[in-house]
This record gives sequence, C-alpha cells and structure tokens, in this order.
Amino acid sequence: MRIPFSALLGLAVMGLMLLSSVLAQWVAPYGLNETVGKVWENPSATFWLGTDQIGRDILSRLLYGGQVTIFVAAASSALAFSMGAFFGFLAAVRGGWVDTTLSRIVDVMMAVPSLIVALVVLSVLPLTLPTLILVMGVLDSTRVFRLSRAVAADIAVMDYVEAAKLRGEGQSWIIFREILPNAMSPLVAEFGMRFIFAVLFISTLSFLGLGIQPPDTDWGGMVRENKEGLIYGKSAAMVPAAAIAVLAIAVNTVADWILSRTSSLKGGRNG
Amino acid sequence: MHPLITLVVQRIALGLILLLAVSVLIFLGVEALPGDTAQAILGQGATPETLANMRESLGLNEPAISRYFTWLGHALTGDFGVALTNKIDIAQAIGQRLGNTLFLAACAGVIAVPFAIGLGLLAARHNGRWPDKLISGVTLAAISLPEFVAAYFVIYLLTQVFPVLQPVSMVFPGMGFLERLHAVALPVIVLVMVVLAHMMRMTRAAILNVMQSPYIETAELKGLSPMQVIWRHALPNAVAPIVSVVVINLAYLVVGVVVVEVVFSYNALGQYLVDHVTKRDLPVVQAVGLIFAAVYIGLNIFADVVGIVANPRLRHPK
Amino acid sequence: MADLLSIKDLVIEATSYPPGEKPRTVTLVDGVSVSLEKGRVLGLIGESGAGKSTIGLAAMAYGRGGVRLTGGEVRLNGRNIRGAGAVTLRELRGREVTYVAQSAAAAFNPAKKLMEQVIETCLLHKIMTRPAAEARAVELFRKLGLPNPEGFGNRYPHQVSGGQLQRAMTAMALCPKPDLVIFDEPTTALDVTTQIEVLAAIKEAIHDQGVAAIYITHDLAVVAQVADDIMVLRHGKTVEYGPTDQIINRPGQAYTQALVSVREIAHVEKPDAAPILTVDAVTARYKGTNFDVLKRVSVAVAPGQTLAVVGESGSGKSTLARAITGLLPAGQGAITFAGRCLSPDLAGRSRDDLRELQMIYQMADTAMNPRQTVGTIIGRPLEFYFGLKGAEKAKRVAELLDQIEMGKGFAERYPAELSGGQKQRVCIARALAAKPKLIICDEVTSALDPLVADGILKLLLELQAREGVAYLFITHDLATVRAIADKIAVMYRGEVVRYGQKSDVLSPPFDDYTDLLLSSVPEMRLGWLEEVLGRRRMESAGN
Repeated sequence: MRIPFSALLGLAVMGLMLLSSVLAQWVAPYGLNETVGKVWENPSATFWLGTDQIGRDILSRLLYGGQVTIFVAAASSALAFSMGAFFGFLAAVRGGWVDTTLSRIVDVMMAVPSLIVALVVLSVLPLTLPTLILVMGVLDSTRVFRLSRAVAADIAVMDYVEAAKLRGEGQSWIIFREILPNAMSPLVAEFGMRFIFAVLFISTLSFLGLGIQPPDTDWGGMVRENKEGLIYGKSAAMVPAAAIAVLAIAVNTVADWILSRTSSLKGGRNG
Repeated sequence: MHPLITLVVQRIALGLILLLAVSVLIFLGVEALPGDTAQAILGQGATPETLANMRESLGLNEPAISRYFTWLGHALTGDFGVALTNKIDIAQAIGQRLGNTLFLAACAGVIAVPFAIGLGLLAARHNGRWPDKLISGVTLAAISLPEFVAAYFVIYLLTQVFPVLQPVSMVFPGMGFLERLHAVALPVIVLVMVVLAHMMRMTRAAILNVMQSPYIETAELKGLSPMQVIWRHALPNAVAPIVSVVVINLAYLVVGVVVVEVVFSYNALGQYLVDHVTKRDLPVVQAVGLIFAAVYIGLNIFADVVGIVANPRLRHPK
Repeated sequence: MADLLSIKDLVIEATSYPPGEKPRTVTLVDGVSVSLEKGRVLGLIGESGAGKSTIGLAAMAYGRGGVRLTGGEVRLNGRNIRGAGAVTLRELRGREVTYVAQSAAAAFNPAKKLMEQVIETCLLHKIMTRPAAEARAVELFRKLGLPNPEGFGNRYPHQVSGGQLQRAMTAMALCPKPDLVIFDEPTTALDVTTQIEVLAAIKEAIHDQGVAAIYITHDLAVVAQVADDIMVLRHGKTVEYGPTDQIINRPGQAYTQALVSVREIAHVEKPDAAPILTVDAVTARYKGTNFDVLKRVSVAVAPGQTLAVVGESGSGKSTLARAITGLLPAGQGAITFAGRCLSPDLAGRSRDDLRELQMIYQMADTAMNPRQTVGTIIGRPLEFYFGLKGAEKAKRVAELLDQIEMGKGFAERYPAELSGGQKQRVCIARALAAKPKLIICDEVTSALDPLVADGILKLLLELQAREGVAYLFITHDLATVRAIADKIAVMYRGEVVRYGQKSDVLSPPFDDYTDLLLSSVPEMRLGWLEEVLGRRRMESAGN
C-alpha cells in the first residue's frame, strides 16, 4: 500500500507533537509556572522560543499546554464519538420512534452553532476540566450522530443486510458483521475530524477565557496571555497559534487521505 | 393552494418551532444547571436570608414554566430586563452593539460572496488542474484554522511584517463612515478569509455536482460553447445550491464575529456576550444567545426556502 | 456515392486510476472501421464494455470523461474530424450529428421547458427562426405519436412519462435536420410494451426524415428491426460486420451465432404436481399508503419445478416476493410452505422456514457484503443453519464452488474481484448452501449480458435437475420465461391476469394484456416489427 507524502508528513508531525507533549515532564527545559527570564525575551539559546508576558519559558509551557490541549481534545472527541456512533447506529437500525426522537433532539442542538450553545451553558457551569470535556463532547456528538446514522442507514438498505435478515441473523450480527465493517473508513476519518474540531474548540474557549483556567494552561490560553504583546511588537502569541495551526493541518491531511481510500471497496486484509 | 406555498409555509413554521425549542433550551438549560441568579448577584458572602429575599424579588420562586413564558413574552416585546452586573437596560446595550456587529458582518459578506463564487467557478472550471489544486489547498489550510489563530496570523503579517494597520479596532459613535471602514479593515480581512474558504469550497462542490449531470453532456453534444453550457444549462440549476451555500455561510459569520470581536476588542455583540459569560450575568447571556440563535435559524430557513422555490419539480407539479 | 461517415482504424484510449496503483492507459476501441451512407441505419451491438457507445460518440468526435480518440480517422461529410478544433466541433455537433441518450430523464435539463430544449440547437446554430423551429418541433411531436403535440412543449421533463421523454429526445435530435443521429440504447430503460411503440416511432421518423443513424444496443432482436447493417463488437474490436439479413440469418462468427441463438434453451415443462408453496388470495400494501400493491394473488409452485412470475415495472411481481419472504407482511390471505402455514412477518417464522426458503437478488453487487470473502459469504449459512466449522465447512464451501463451476481458489477472493456472472453464481451458491426447498429468483439475469445470463439460466436448470429445488422466478423478460418455466403467472397492476402451465399460458386465446405483452417482445427476425404493427392496426380497425 502506498501512502502519499502529504499524509506521511501529517502522520509524522502528529506523532511528534503527541510524543513530545506526553513526555513534557521529562523533555521540558523549565517548569510550567517557573519565571526564568525577563518579560517577552526573544528566542535565544537559553529560551529556544523566547519567554512570555511574565518571563516564563514558552517552549516549556508549549509542551505542558500541548498535554492539556491534546488530552482534552482526545477525551471529548472520544466521548462525542462513542455517544454519537452508538445513538446514530441505534437510530438507523431501530428506526421508528427511536430514530424520530433522537433525530429531533439533535436537530434542536444543531440549530444553533456549538460555540453559542457552549457560551450559554458555560455561563452557569463551573469551568473545570470535566465540565469542559462533557460540554464539548455532548455538543460535538451531534455531528457524529448525523454521520453514523446516514452511513448506517445507507448500508442497512443493502441487499446483503436484507439477505442476513432473511437468514434469521440477530441484531448484533447485522450491526457488527454486516454494517460496521463497511462503515469503518468514513467513521475513522470522522474521528480525525472530530479530534481536530475539539482542538479548535477548546483552544477557542481558552482564548476567550472560558476554557482552561490558570495556573494551568493550553495553547489557546497561551495566545490569550500573550496577545497584548503584538501591540508592542512582541510576537510571543504567534508560537502557540502556529502550534495549533500545524496540528490542525496535519490531522486534516491524514483524515483526507483516509477518506479518499473509502471509495475502494476491496476487502480488509491489507488494511 | 399551490403545493409550493404549502411547503414554504411548512418550512417557516418548522423553523419557528425550532427557534422556540432553542429558546426553551437557552432558558431552562441555564435554569436547570447548578447555581442560580440570586447567588450570582449576591456572590459568595450572601446570607441565606438575603438570598431568600433576592429570590423573592426576582420571582425565582415561581415555577420554571411560568418564568419561561414571562421571559419569552418580555423578550418578544424587546424587553430583556437589566444586566445583573451594572443594572444597565439590556435591550439598549444590545441595540448599540448589534449595529456594530452587523456592520462588520456586512462588510465581510459584501467582499466574501463575490470572491467565493468567482473562485468557486474558477476551481470548478479547472477541476483537477493546477488552479483548482492551488485554490483547494489554500482553502483547506484556511478552514483548518480556528478564527482567532487566523486572526493573529493576519495581525502579525499586517502590523509587524508589513506594518500598515493597527492591531486594535476601536469604533465609537460619531465616527465617519470612511474612518469606520479603516478601523474595521483587519477584522474584516480575517472574517473574509475564514468565510471565503468555506463558501468557496461549497460553491465549487455545488457547481461540480451540476456539471456532472447528463444534461450538461446533452448540451455539449448540441454544439454549445462552454459559456453557453454554463449560462443556459448549469447556472439555472446551480443558483439554488449556490444561494443556499452563501446564506448558510453568512449564518456562520455569526460565530465568526464572536471570536473576531474579542480578538480586536471590537465593541459589539460578540464581545458583549463573552464579557457577560465571564461575569456570569445570566439575563444578558440569555438575551444575546437568543438573538444569535434567531439570526442563525432565520438565515437557515431562508436558505431552505430558496431551495424549495428554485426546484422546478416543486414549482411545476405534475 | 460518397459516404456520409467513414471511420478508419479508429483507436480510442482512456486512463484508468486503480486505487493505490499507478494510472495506466487502457484501450477501449482498437482498429474499428465503419462506413455509413446517407439515409442508412447502422446497428452497433455488443455486451457491456464492447466499446459501442464510445464508437457512437466518436462519430461526434466526443470522448466521455477523459476518453481520447488517439488513432485512425473519423470522416464526416468528407473531412476528418478527429482532433479538429473546438470551434469546428461545435459547428458540426447539433448541426450535422445529433445524439439520443439512453436515459432521457437525466439527459433533459430539469429547469427548462421541453420546447426550449428541443429547438435550442436550431436557434443557437441559426438553422431556422424560432417560429419555424417551433412549428417543426410540433410536427415531430405529432409524428412521434406524443399526446397533445401543440401543448407538449410547454411541459417540464418531470411532468411527462419515460417513454414520452425518449420520444421527445428523438424529436430534439431530429429538429435541426441533421445528417446523422446517434441513438444510444434509446429503448433499453423502457418496459417492453412501451419499447415497441418508441422503436416504431423512431424507425418511422428516421425513414421519414431521410437521415442516417447509428443505433446502439445490446439487444440483437431490437437492432434487427431498424438497421440496414450491423456491426458486432467485443472488447473494442470488430467481430463481424455485414448486412442485417446476413448477420441474423447466416452469422459467420461463433460469437455472433451465440448472440443470435441466445435464450433458445429448450425446456420441456414438467406436469403439474402437489405444490410445495401455495399463495392463497394474498393482499398487501406498503405502510402509510392506502393502495393495495397485491390484490388477492393466488399462485402455487410444485417441488422441483419453476413458476415464472412475469410482468412490467409496477406489476407487483417483486412485491409478491417480499410478501412470500415476510419482508412485507401480507395483509390478507395465506401462504403455505412445505405443509406449514407461514407467519406473515419475518419475526414469526421458524429457522427451518427461513432455511428452506432462500432468495437470490437482481444486483449481485449489493447482495454480497464487500468486506467478506466468497468463502465467508457461502460459509455463513453452513455455520448458521448446520453448525459446520473449520475443515468441514471449508470442504462444503469447495463443493458448492464446484457446483457453480468455480474453483475452490475463489473462496479467498472478495466480491470486487469477481465478474458480474461470477458474483451471481456466488449468490446462487449461498442460497444452495442452506439446502432450500424453494429459491426465489428476483430478476437474477436482468443486469447481465445475454451470454452470461444464458450461462446462469443453464446453471439454475442443472441445479434444479440435480437438487430438486423449486424456483419462483421473477422476470420481465419473456425469452427467459420460455427458457426456464414450468408454470407461468402474468401479473398486471397487482393482479394475476393469467396463470397456468407454460404451454397453456403461451397459447391462444389470450386476454388483452397477455396478448400485448407477448406480441411486444422483439423477435430475432427481419420484418417482425412491421408484422406486429400491421396486425395491431388491422385488429383495431376491425373493432
């Protein structure tokens, strides 16, 4: 199997970011909240990416912040994915009132952009990690629901599913052996999209001051902390912004590649 | 009655029901969650007694349903009450800022729509060749970025690398139109960038979808020139999907402005909302949330109605 | 007399992009030569992938979706148009050559009135003025037998029927008075009783207007009615090229002989016997409708025999299959199978009910899970019904593959790696694996090329002789019915209008519908169309 160069690069970048963030405790040169230099120092041999608005090492904070960003995004997209896929398949296979009820609920949730709903809800809820993951996961599960319901509904009307029903197969065989293997590729690509959406979402919330709260930080929060610097010609805010951009583009390229392979119907032995 | 009118009326009614459901969600969702308004006003130091008094005076002891209808009734007549934090009338505060928000969104829309359609046509015309690949690549990168990241790239580029603009957009009453335009230049550029990418990709897909129809081949085999094929056969069928794409993306601007206003400290509705979420000023959040939801749902209804009206099968029933 | 169209050593290529592999060039048409005089009709015939449509479009120097005309020459009215510039091509397309597509429903622009589209070529090429073009269009509508010719053009494509659209497309092609019209399978998508009307209309219009035509089809009996010459194509190469009379009556090549004698399987009907399946006065309707798609249908199938259920689209024949299998529970009536009364819905049936009643579908493509190997597909019923596992199962799978004349090496393959005929064979094996008493075959040969379909029919007959399985065979194709049936039920609008032993059903006296249906099936001989139309005219005059 040939992997195109862009997807390979995307995978490499993703892997590197993931690895360095997970290992932040060991690879970061300084502590998360350690003031080690002057305010907004330029990059140097001591501070590879410079220092922030109160003299902390940006590289170290980037690594620790990446840990938070990636963890929150992974947790909330996993939540979104399992909820959305479960209810989506349920709606497609069961049909009837189950489908109608679930679909109407999702319609209402999707009638307004998730950011607005999140802002309204976060005006009441405490800004803690579990709340953020829960809010983002539930809001985002609506998209997974729509996709998995559509994919499963497309497959459920195929003659081979009908043939399985006529054979007398049970619901679990039909879902796990007939439908799921054929729904895998679009769902895996969707997981990539959901993950990246969650990265953007938590970054945006933190940037607005409604996400990760100090003393913890994430990449969105770091942009917020350093944004005043731009007025004085200090570009410290650009570092975490670039990190978000690079991760987003890398995941997108990989998801694109997975999606482009779904057109091939050939069996799953080699992938 | 003409079946078309029935369908349009149905769609509008459906949209209104949806909006009503969302208003319930906004109101009751906030009410049902832990913490309440009285606590929020009085803060942590409140005694149980003052809390009870405050609840009484705010009508918080009424059942939620009746409070919802009171709130909705007032909201429909333009009365959103006063903000908890500074006791300023919410409707009045919104009035000033809504204008600023609409001005920003309108500027972005006016630039983005023709550009998006033009680039979408261009990419579709050269489907698979380098102009398409270039445009698609750049827009893929653009839609991968959150609005605030895109914003800081633009700021960095236009204030640090090529210092032509100010990184802050102050608008105030009494400002001249041209001054105002100059002030919003940066946020508009950012919004255009974000919305343009989405709109252009969707326009391209809509046009390609039409161009792959067998009746386009029929037109080519009639000896029509490419322009005649597009003008006479593709466009009449592509108008509805393109209008729908444009409107949906204008609705998306609603979200875009919230973040971009904060980035540029632009005094408008989005900034107002975020400020009051931070302050946990619930009446303001509910009011602004409802307005954003209404605009978003309204534009989506409009997009669907255009789609229904443009469908020849519905316009000319059997 | 100079030829209107002369194609010499034409080579047509395309680039294919197999996923995960390097793109490669495939040759679609290889060294084909054709000539056509003014006013004559050439038939192009072949199976799918023979390159017949590609050659037809090449006469307009048009390559569909990246197809390139890479060699030879295409002379139209004396000049070579292969590789001609865009402007020249635009001038001749629509003016000298026009095109009639297979699916008129998709080929008309849904947003424009029919009249606008029919006269568009005349106006844009400035062939005639709008009033003249409209008058000509109305005249053509009348000649083609369209209802209300004056008002017809004011309608939108979705407002008229498929047969009418196909005739409107013919009018659109003839309107600018071209020298040559390409008909690309113009009647394939139509029901057989509609097909004969459209075919007659097209034939008359061609002769009336004195245009030359290329008529593309996979049905030799159809092309025999309209063409002066026939070219038989296979894999992009010419197999045989000659006058229609010679091709039909004295075919020179073995492949042509096979095409001519297709569906001539001699099948002697078996005497009626005590039935294994009885459908008694079954009525059914779809959820949320108030219209019966099956109206008191009663049929029976004897063990080891075949009941053919024949009818056109909308006759309810596939619904009957759904009622018998329990997918659409019958509202009234009873279904008795192997001495047991079957529950109307699927959930109420026993495992033996399900096992002994199998089904084979029209589209083998969608009837097999693309993620399962042939071995898994055939093996699952063995495991499910008989509990076979491991070596035992593998042995039985190999036996079944042998029965459908495929080697055991196929067990490892995925459906996407099989040809259309092989896929249908695997579906047959899957049904056989359950050791059924009755198999419902729903249009199982309709999507296949004639020779491949013949192979499937022969296999089914062989298996019936060996295993004693009964078939309920649903089809719209009467030639297939003749080849396989012992009993026949003719369905029309949800009712069985004629039912009995094959020899009785196919002998006069007929009811009106069966007569119309039987007489509409094209026969493989010259002059059949005129004969039928003449007879119909006399009958209607006699009434």
